[in-house]
Amino acid sequence: MELVIATSIGALTAGGVYLILRLRAFPVILGLALLSYAVNLFLFASGRLAVNMPPVLDKYGDASYTDPLPQALVLTAIVISFGMTAVLVMVALGAFVESGDDRINTEEDAPEGDDEPTEAPR
Amino acid sequence: MGDEGIFLIIIALLPFVGALLPGLMIRAGRNASAVFTALPTGLAIVMLLILAPAVMRGEVIRADLDWLPALGLSASFFLDGLGLLFAGMILGMGLLITLYARFYLYRTDPMGQFYTYLLLFQGAMLGIVLSNNILLLLIFWELTSLSSFLLIGYWKHLPEGRQGARMALAVTGAGGLAMIGGMLILGNIAGSYNLTDILASGDAIRASEWYLPALVLILIGAFTKSAQFPFHFWLPHAMAAPTPVSAYLHSATMVKAGVFLLARMWPALAGTEAWFYLVATTGLVTMVLGALIALFKDDLKALLAFSTVSHLGLLTMLLGFGTRLAAIVAVFHIINHLTFKAALFMTAGIVDHETKTRDIKRLGGLRHLMPVTFLIGTIGALSMAGIPLFNGFLSKEMMLEEAAHTVWAGSAWAVPVLATFGALLSVAYSFRFIGHVFLGPVRDDYPAKPHDPPFGLWAAPGLLVAFVVAIGLFPALIVGPLVAVAGGAVIGDTDLPYYSLKIWHGFTPALWMSVIAVLGGLALLWRHGALDRVWTALPRPEAKTIFDALLDALTRGARGLSERMHDGTLSRYLAIFVVATVTLGAIAWTGGGVPAPTRAPLPVSPVVAVGWLMLIAATIAVVVMHRARFQALVLIGIIGLMISAGFIYLSAPDLALTQISVETVTIMLLLLALHFLPKTTPVESPVALRLRDGVIALAAGGAVATLAHTFLLQDGSSISSYHLANSYEGGGGTNVVNVILVDFRGYDTYGEIIVLGIAGLVIFALMEALLSSPAAQRLRERAAADEGVRSRDRHPLMMVVATRVMMPIAMVVGAYIFLRGHNQPGGGFVAGLVVSIALLMQYMASGFAWTQARQRIGYHEMIGMGVIIAGLTGAGAWLAGKPFLTSAFGYFHIPPIEEFELATAMLFDLGVFLAVLGAVMLMLYSLSRLARYAGETVNIAPMDYDPTERDDEAAARKDD
Repeated sequence: MELVIATSIGALTAGGVYLILRLRAFPVILGLALLSYAVNLFLFASGRLAVNMPPVLDKYGDASYTDPLPQALVLTAIVISFGMTAVLVMVALGAFVESGDDRINTEEDAPEGDDEPTEAPR
Repeated sequence: MGDEGIFLIIIALLPFVGALLPGLMIRAGRNASAVFTALPTGLAIVMLLILAPAVMRGEVIRADLDWLPALGLSASFFLDGLGLLFAGMILGMGLLITLYARFYLYRTDPMGQFYTYLLLFQGAMLGIVLSNNILLLLIFWELTSLSSFLLIGYWKHLPEGRQGARMALAVTGAGGLAMIGGMLILGNIAGSYNLTDILASGDAIRASEWYLPALVLILIGAFTKSAQFPFHFWLPHAMAAPTPVSAYLHSATMVKAGVFLLARMWPALAGTEAWFYLVATTGLVTMVLGALIALFKDDLKALLAFSTVSHLGLLTMLLGFGTRLAAIVAVFHIINHLTFKAALFMTAGIVDHETKTRDIKRLGGLRHLMPVTFLIGTIGALSMAGIPLFNGFLSKEMMLEEAAHTVWAGSAWAVPVLATFGALLSVAYSFRFIGHVFLGPVRDDYPAKPHDPPFGLWAAPGLLVAFVVAIGLFPALIVGPLVAVAGGAVIGDTDLPYYSLKIWHGFTPALWMSVIAVLGGLALLWRHGALDRVWTALPRPEAKTIFDALLDALTRGARGLSERMHDGTLSRYLAIFVVATVTLGAIAWTGGGVPAPTRAPLPVSPVVAVGWLMLIAATIAVVVMHRARFQALVLIGIIGLMISAGFIYLSAPDLALTQISVETVTIMLLLLALHFLPKTTPVESPVALRLRDGVIALAAGGAVATLAHTFLLQDGSSISSYHLANSYEGGGGTNVVNVILVDFRGYDTYGEIIVLGIAGLVIFALMEALLSSPAAQRLRERAAADEGVRSRDRHPLMMVVATRVMMPIAMVVGAYIFLRGHNQPGGGFVAGLVVSIALLMQYMASGFAWTQARQRIGYHEMIGMGVIIAGLTGAGAWLAGKPFLTSAFGYFHIPPIEEFELATAMLFDLGVFLAVLGAVMLMLYSLSRLARYAGETVNIAPMDYDPTERDDEAAARKDD
């Protein structure tokens, strides 16, 4: 199970990173959505995995529970990341309406097909 | 903390509070402004005088207020002899400067501003000398840099003033940064940031291996502030300030802050070889160099500025000697230097004010025209030269005496000879000040007709030179006790070494050195003209040019770097960021080693495996198919669903609920946006770039996966056991996640709903701006062009009816989720999202205008109400005498309903609910406004056609 979660986080991160490196606003927003999933899952997993132990107290016995704190943090993170996505969408939309295309880079008269220098900035 | 402690805190705060007054009182006139500047200063002096007797008896007055105890930062003040001396100087000079400035500043100068800056600076200086906590001291230290910047740059219209202020800020600010490092090291060695503790653990500090770094860093701070070589260059440029500022900052206060720090830290840091060679040598070099340059300066204030540099060097050297006697001499000279140098600066200011020039070459013969000024200036300059009967003589003699038996690197001659040479130069420039300004023939080409100034302008320097003479004649009587108590504070010992403050010590080496200095100085002045020509012809490094070049190079470097990294290409920043993060993480990873797993992995059921496969497949598909934007959105939906399912499986029902509802609104949002954006992404980046991004992405994904996998197999410790144990008894709820949100960490949640509300308002505002911009017009035209492809049945009957039926059900579900939230999965966040989905369905099915017309409460109001309700609930705890957001709850029984619970947390959750609902709706509503603007038809009826009409037709047919 741990491997399942870890690989899921990894796949979402990889997909998210690849998409935020694209040159148009929409894939970047998609990439950020994937990254939010990854980050939320990562934070959630920091409470370690547990099956059938929801942190809802049982009045009739000493059950064991999973860690509620990461859940509380992730819950707000999910809602906030929606807010963030919405703001980004609005900004992207505004930029698109203003400039007529949804490129994210501000280079002037960039040639078609080569929007970025090819050398890796490492 | 007794009354005395409270007095101390009031003294420290008075200038800051008082700083508000002059700026306001300037409306009542310049005199009122000056009086209200003098008022807080005078009040502080009175309080200081009340405290003074106790301090003179050797007591130390303390006041402690906890500020950030976790950081070791407390607002602690203390007043010992050294503090008393400096506080007295700062406040006393502050009062004199206030008086002087009232008459000095021109009618066009904004005087209220000046006095406000002056009080701010005075407060910062007072803070330095009274702080008993080095972190607090650092704060005040930085404040002096900032407030002196305002004062030096006061004449904003002068480019020299602005440049000088910037230079002073850059140099002293950079030194301050170094000092922060040094002080933090010092605090770590001593184990406390309290000054008194640090001073008490001097031996441990000197023995520590961190002593040298701490010393060097602190010295950089002190040397930059006190304009020691090689940082001396900023002080003369700061002379572009009005003369009251120069007299205050550059004789009595700011530049003395460095000396004060050396004196303050003396018990902790002094006494080692490193201290001697670093401090004494710097002081000696500065003393000689400053005096040499001063001799050849033609600007009166520049002459005094370099002489100040020289005297600060002298003080630094004395403290650097590391002997107890030298430290006491330093204290004595601090007092003397203050009196004569401030008087001289003011004299220079008067000369400048009356003749409209400060160029010594254009002056001379003023003794007949300005007799009073001549008298004051002469006494000050004679004292500066170290002529007997004036106070400068006494401390200079004692300094030479100390220098006479100081051995530097095995040489018994180096220090005495150089010290004598410095004194000789000092005599030369002091006599030059008298000779070339006041003596000589009266000229007829002064830029203005000079005459003595009004009493108000010469009162302050007059008082100061009265002190010069009085201390010079009766040193032991007037300042003896103060020197003793302040000197005792510096050396950290009440048992003082033997010294005597008197004029005649017999034929000591110091006397002969003095004689040589006076004669040599006069000889030098006699040949000044020839020497001046040689000096002018000599190539000299110009500090300002070097500084400017250095600054230019730094600016160019910084700009070059940031332009390479931040060239407006967002994808580049992100790539740099990801690569850097992964690289740093990898370095940390290889350094730490991988711990062995301590948890057994959970088994993977077939259902989980299927879910995992779907998630991975959907993620890959999103990446591969991201150019087809609608399809990508559908695939994102699959990922969100799988994650929600994962949350349910892994015991997080609240997260699952939230995720699935957020998923819904996110997809709607993106669909709305996609309505306007292009439907596909063109292929733009070359294969190499895509390959590079792929490598970066895989590296990041692999790194995160490895990290997650490693920690998932480790046991961790968590503070959650507290939450689990107290959730029911303390928070009154069994759903621990919800109790954490509304109770344990309610403050966080409160902040988060505010952020969400702000996000909603930002979107609304952006949309307002966009709709009123000409760009929106293009959108309208484009939308009109593809009108033909729209569906003709955009509000289908089935959907309208279905949403209408579902609306109350959804509302009930929302209410249910909200109410059970405290004890079962649910709560304000989820309920808000569910209700907003229900509302959104109405918008989608029945159209924007129809729904909007039935929307009674505005979304702005809803956000506001939510935040207010949550805030008031939190504040309600105050009424019960509890901290903000403490919740209360109780169980109630109203027949025939079962016993139920009411908690204030629920009220708080109501606020969360409203804020979330309002924010989400405001966001989507704003986006859909764009659609309406772009020519979407407005339907008043709920559907595109009226079904009742058809019934009527049918009925009519039947009637036929």
